[in-house]
Amino acid sequence: MAQARGPRPLSPHLEIWRWGPAMLVSILHRMTGNGLAFAGLGLLLWWISALAGGPASYQTFLDWVWLAPDGGFQTVTALLGKIVLVGLTWAFFQHMASGIRHFVLDIGAGYELEANARWSSLTILFSVAATSVFWAFVLLH
Amino acid sequence: MGNGTSIGRVRGLGSSHHGTHHFLSSRLTAVGNLVLIPFLMVSLALMPAHDYATVHAWAAKPLPATALILIMINTFQHARLGVQVMLEDYIHEEGGKIAAWLLVNILPLAGAAFGIVSVVRIALGGA
Repeated sequence: MAQARGPRPLSPHLEIWRWGPAMLVSILHRMTGNGLAFAGLGLLLWWISALAGGPASYQTFLDWVWLAPDGGFQTVTALLGKIVLVGLTWAFFQHMASGIRHFVLDIGAGYELEANARWSSLTILFSVAATSVFWAFVLLH
Repeated sequence: MGNGTSIGRVRGLGSSHHGTHHFLSSRLTAVGNLVLIPFLMVSLALMPAHDYATVHAWAAKPLPATALILIMINTFQHARLGVQVMLEDYIHEEGGKIAAWLLVNILPLAGAAFGIVSVVRIALGGA
């Protein structure tokens, strides 16, 4: 054998990527997008159809997703409802910030390593901050 | 796909020339969502209460009802495009591809139609 070489470059695959802001945000974009598509749109349809169904069906929606007046199993679903709603809010803000980053990348800007890592990290900072501000406003006002 | 001539071996494996439309439609609906979803979130956040009467009265007004119908069209189209890309990346065998093709072409349309009917019922005073 010839002399030992340094580590060879790795091919881009999910299990052997070195973690970094850009790949984390890329994975988050897909996860949040699909979460919003299935859980988000599912909940949107439940909400709007419950509202269309009249006061009783809307109350059922509120009871199971948030209020849990009957206790029991509803306590569990209402806790899940709150987690899912806050989670969807964060997913939306993360997907939105990451999507705006994609618009910038689409015009060919922001590929310098340092700028790319910085804007990737900022999308996460933004989504956490925006989710906190949104729910603080909803719960306190 | 044939297996005789060289053109027959590659037919059906290449670009279907719908990629650009898919890409642009994804961006276009993203811009739409950038307006529509903040409108929905701000409207919900500013409501004094979230009981049936308050929410129903809001959703029945022309501007919110229009926005809600546009949301049903725009979000389902955007989600359809994104989920399609995800399925193309992870599903490789023929049976799965057919199931995915059915899912991605039928469910979003059904969901959007159901949502629009609900908004129309609210706006035009059913229930």
